[in-house]
Amino acid sequence: MAEYSVFSVLRHGLSGNRGWKPAWRKAEPKPSYDVIVVGGGGHGLATAFYLAKEHGIRDVAVLERGWIGQGNVGRNTTIVRSNYDLDENQKFYEWSMKLWEGLSHVLDYNVMFSQRGVLNLANSPSQLDQYAERGNGMRLNGIDAELLGRDEVAKLCPGLDVSDNARFPVVGGLLQPRAGTARHDAVAWGYAHAADRLGVDIIENCEVTGFLKEGGRVVGVTTSRGSIRAPKVGVAVAGNTSEVLRKAGIEKLPIESHVLQAFVTEPLKPLINCVVTFGGGHMYVSQSDKGGLVYGGNLDYYNSYAQRGNLPVVHEVATELLACFPNVGKVRLVRSWGGLVDMTMDGSPIIATGPLPGMYLNTGWNYGGFKATPASGWCFAWTIASDAAHVLNAPFTLERFHEGRPIDERGAGPTPRLH
Amino acid sequence: MLIPCPVCGLRDQSEFTYGGDATIVRPVLPDVDAARWADYVYDRTNPRGGHQEYWHHVHGCRSWLIVVRNTETHDVSGARLIGPWAGRESA
Repeated sequence: MAEYSVFSVLRHGLSGNRGWKPAWRKAEPKPSYDVIVVGGGGHGLATAFYLAKEHGIRDVAVLERGWIGQGNVGRNTTIVRSNYDLDENQKFYEWSMKLWEGLSHVLDYNVMFSQRGVLNLANSPSQLDQYAERGNGMRLNGIDAELLGRDEVAKLCPGLDVSDNARFPVVGGLLQPRAGTARHDAVAWGYAHAADRLGVDIIENCEVTGFLKEGGRVVGVTTSRGSIRAPKVGVAVAGNTSEVLRKAGIEKLPIESHVLQAFVTEPLKPLINCVVTFGGGHMYVSQSDKGGLVYGGNLDYYNSYAQRGNLPVVHEVATELLACFPNVGKVRLVRSWGGLVDMTMDGSPIIATGPLPGMYLNTGWNYGGFKATPASGWCFAWTIASDAAHVLNAPFTLERFHEGRPIDERGAGPTPRLH
Repeated sequence: MLIPCPVCGLRDQSEFTYGGDATIVRPVLPDVDAARWADYVYDRTNPRGGHQEYWHHVHGCRSWLIVVRNTETHDVSGARLIGPWAGRESA
């Protein structure tokens, strides 16, 4: 029987709510495991969950330096979509979308997945042509996509300025109706909860300080809470990948760490009923269930390991929000934060075996880590369990750069901050 | 974030554009080793802490600088000119 249901709420409610168990145990590290996953973010927790659920590997430890929900899984703008341009990305992110669609039931935890639609605004006829091409590609891969004219955009999103006087007049848009948002904290807690109930040890406040090697093979890690051995060590640490792999002797990767800011306004009555993205610059906004406008835009553009950004981007992104929604000009910003993102040289992720024997790498999530969480964990679990990539993540190797086969969604070239 | 331009003094970050890691070295043109070129194009040390990086004072004197900045704290500890004016900051 489901641990969280209307019946359990009633039962525990009648007994003073004293019978609830913690959503996950505070596990102590054991000396060894079958698999260690370094990084207790969304991707690491999802990996552990799918290892246990899909592959029957339950002797798994997730090692988290801080606490669950501290990092990027709680620092994004909660958007979930699969409206990509390139074939590899469409297939991977659509598999993620399908996992999202059943996620609350699979995890026995309500992640509040809301398929309210993602609308990409086109501000020029040529941009609309590009969206037509993208939408056709999506539909060929079985993804929903609808090309809209200006009147249809106005009807879908009444608060948006679609007038000829707009700074960037809207000519149309591309809508993915199945896309939307999910509550990001619930995704972290839900994966942690579900993995824990399958036997996974989630070990918080446990920083990996080095890797144990025997004959060139990784056989475990040293941590702030002692050495832990495992024949397979997966690394899913997002913006900290370069520093963690340096502890294994790998000095260079096709990755730069950057800070990506996000913002929330004070709560408003319902104004924006889908996710709106503005491609005249770079801005994306949705309205949370609480009423706040959750929005973000570009990176701060310089290498950073700080989980906070600077003011020029705060100004730039707010300006873009106002260009789309002049009616929110007097709404106050209540919170902003920064996440440490792992930008690759082509804007696409890496899920692969290696780079050392016994090691597995999951990194390079750029702007797209949150929406990828289910498929990333699912593919990484497959890769760890079978020592080979699944067909969905086979293109996302570490070697593709040196082999001249980058997957450059945006066509920005080897400049990570531009993806 | 403020950047100490050797020509213009302490100026706001918004006057500059970022040019990336200043420690990578382009192979000489006759070099035909693909691995060295791929390393130059794609591979980065991406350190937490001190980072030498290019900045262009595009809305100021238009000089290219090498700035030393801490990627964890954003503290800028120095900036020098490159190109024909390199080394002439105090001349």
